[in-house]
Amino acid sequence: MTHAATHSAPQAGSANLLLVLLKARTFIALILVFAFFAFAAPNFLSTANMVIMSKHVALNAFLAIGMTFVIISGGIDLSVGSIVGLCGMVAGWLVLYGIDLGLGWSIQFNTVEICLIVMVVGVLIGGVNAFLITKLNVAPFIATLGTLYVCRGAAMLFSDGRTFPNLNGNPEYGSDTFRLIGAGNVLGLPISIWMLIVVALIAAYIARRTPLGRYIYAVGGNERGAALSGVKVNRIKFFVYMFSGLCAALVGLIISSQLVAAHPATGQAFELNAIAAAVLGGTSMSGGRGRIGGTIVGAFVIGVLSDGLVMMGVSSFWQTVIKGLVIIAAVVVDQAQQKLQARVALQAEAGK
Amino acid sequence: MTHPIGLQIRGGTKVYPGTRALKGVDFDLRMGAVNVLVGENGAGKSTMMKVIAGVEQLTEGQILMDGKPVHLNGTDDARRHGIGIVFQELNLFPNMTVAENIFINREITRGRIDIDTAAQREATRGLMRRLEHDIDPDTMVGDLRVGQQQIVEIAKSLAQDARILILDEPTSALSAAEVEILFRVIADLKKQGVGIVYISHRLEELIRIGDYITVLRDGAITGARSMEGVDVDWIVRAMIGEASRDFAKDIDHPYGPEVFRAEDVTLPRAGGGLAVDHVSMSLRAGEILGVYGLMGAGRSEFLECVIGRHPHAGGRIFVDGKQLRTKTVAGRIRSGIALIPEDRKNDGLVQILSIRENMTLSSLGAFTTGFHMNLGAERGTVRDFVKRLTVKIASMENPVSSLSGGNQQKVVIGKALMTRPKVLLMDEPSRGIDIGAKAEVFRTMRKLAAEGLGIVFVTSDMEELMALSDRIVVMSNGRVTGEFDRKDATETLVINASAKGHAPTPVKEPVA
Repeated sequence: MTHAATHSAPQAGSANLLLVLLKARTFIALILVFAFFAFAAPNFLSTANMVIMSKHVALNAFLAIGMTFVIISGGIDLSVGSIVGLCGMVAGWLVLYGIDLGLGWSIQFNTVEICLIVMVVGVLIGGVNAFLITKLNVAPFIATLGTLYVCRGAAMLFSDGRTFPNLNGNPEYGSDTFRLIGAGNVLGLPISIWMLIVVALIAAYIARRTPLGRYIYAVGGNERGAALSGVKVNRIKFFVYMFSGLCAALVGLIISSQLVAAHPATGQAFELNAIAAAVLGGTSMSGGRGRIGGTIVGAFVIGVLSDGLVMMGVSSFWQTVIKGLVIIAAVVVDQAQQKLQARVALQAEAGK
Repeated sequence: MTHPIGLQIRGGTKVYPGTRALKGVDFDLRMGAVNVLVGENGAGKSTMMKVIAGVEQLTEGQILMDGKPVHLNGTDDARRHGIGIVFQELNLFPNMTVAENIFINREITRGRIDIDTAAQREATRGLMRRLEHDIDPDTMVGDLRVGQQQIVEIAKSLAQDARILILDEPTSALSAAEVEILFRVIADLKKQGVGIVYISHRLEELIRIGDYITVLRDGAITGARSMEGVDVDWIVRAMIGEASRDFAKDIDHPYGPEVFRAEDVTLPRAGGGLAVDHVSMSLRAGEILGVYGLMGAGRSEFLECVIGRHPHAGGRIFVDGKQLRTKTVAGRIRSGIALIPEDRKNDGLVQILSIRENMTLSSLGAFTTGFHMNLGAERGTVRDFVKRLTVKIASMENPVSSLSGGNQQKVVIGKALMTRPKVLLMDEPSRGIDIGAKAEVFRTMRKLAAEGLGIVFVTSDMEELMALSDRIVVMSNGRVTGEFDRKDATETLVINASAKGHAPTPVKEPVA
């Protein structure tokens, strides 16, 4: 047998079934969590609750998508929570004051311009991360830990630690639509959900159907091997960190718009939730493996779990414990799946 | 000369799945003398030493020490019997001090808990005096030169009261001066009655230091005698056999014009000096150029310079007569150069990706319009190459790590060919694959050459070199030390050229 793409022999059937179940485990977990809360928490299945919950999930899902690319490439981005905070403050500042040129002059921006500037800020911070990691050879953990502190501090400096309130904008400058990012609906769905759908589809497309996506996996799987195959490793790293920064900037925009205020402490520990969602979705911390779809499902598991537990009136201390246990369980099951998968593949290759 | 025999192997046979690495060898290890061991790669030297060091066990036959049979079921066992081995790759902890390394896992303690650092330090100083080296016990091993690290390894063996010391290519990483010191140390140990087994490819070195010589070929001993009267020719004859082997190539095809030329390629070595020292060679379309040399001769480094892995390398590369300006790997690949690296696992493949994803990694552009990848076209091309290279796989979606070494190698070859190269660089293309797969890889190479591809391949295997090459370049110490047409090349000529520049006291040439 020299032909490719023949399917595995039937004797491995039971192992294959188990493998399918294991691969779909995050999705199965999501359904179970859903079913449980549908019974245990009243009003859980109401439309209003669904919309609120998906808004919560969306925030984490954005960060988790960016994080997934970073982790697949073999890195980690701890700075996203701080970028959320800083970008929220930048947005708030632009809405309230514009850019002051001195001498009593200032430039005011409309909503689209504000969004673009904030996104550029997020991408630039991601670029700084990538620069530290590729050109200055700082370990990703340390580099992004550094930018975590720097960005958080910078967010505090913006307002001396105070909140920018009443980001209603000014119709004269065309910034009064800023609120709509968080509050508007299109076809019955919140704008932030539409944004998530777009970003998720783009990310999934990049991962599956573009050379860029393939290179991200290759760099995470074997950086030296990828480089020797002609992959421009540094460019790939710049992309993933800048993309992660972009995702964080979007979250900063959405939160400040939803709250109609920007608080410099926004986004604290968000990076941990993002990592958790990616890992729950099957992303391997050692790089080279992970899917955008899995990450989204992972973000939903975490979001549904925490909102459901709140509705059931479970104490927040227990919520934290449960979240931790779920993450650990996910990784343990993932290991089992890897072992089984390797064995099935070996059997298939040895069996011909 | 009367040197007592300290250890014997009688009828030693070692079978690995698929191969017989040792075929009933009888070996005598003499105490207070240097027993040198020589043979080509894969001749069974390492296997025999692993058996003595307890790393591997004999399938048949026995080991006798002082006339009594012993069972060495592990390195601990061997150590108890006074056998120490210094592997070619040093097994030291660079982040620990010399004393800590020497006493690793056998720490001198007070009450089994508290390490007596003072006693360890003192013992280390004693060992260093014995080895005539002034290495401070508190130095980090990572701060030592490789030669000094070797001394630490030897000290580690001595600290375990080794009466038998096996040195596997100890000079491969040493400077001429360090070699001299090592030889003095060996002479001292000899006087103290230690039996030394010395493995090396450097024939002149062997003749100088050895008292007894054992030559291995294909797992059998083809010569064992006292060193008196042994010369290089005798060793080479014993290594490669009397029978002149005819390696006429079965396909004869005309060569095309020159496709590739390297001029004055240089690469600085980390510790000073040059790993690749002004190497130039050229290649015509359809020609297979074999590059032979010992470990550390700079062959792999040369290929890496050509593919662009070392941006700080000097020299000029020409493809089809045009000088390449690009220094990046991606650029070199685009210019028509492809490399099949020596280390398949770490350099050639991304183990966790599928067979398909590995094969197309260097040539995704061919399936991409704009930024959209046509996965159907990708699968089709992979299917073609799988068929053309007769890769045996169940599904191209399985991880590449599930394949055998030979099939993995074919995936790497497929990856290289998909970039439509004009020049194919192959670094030890047959390493770690079984004989059947080897033959197939060689057939593939010949076929590709017949189709007009220029191939440069690096090998340490004499038979492979003679069987495949149209022309042979020999490298030693980073330099080209010989170039032969296949018709004129003999194994003696090639081996002699590969030992050049390795004489114990080389004349320093001024480097331009």
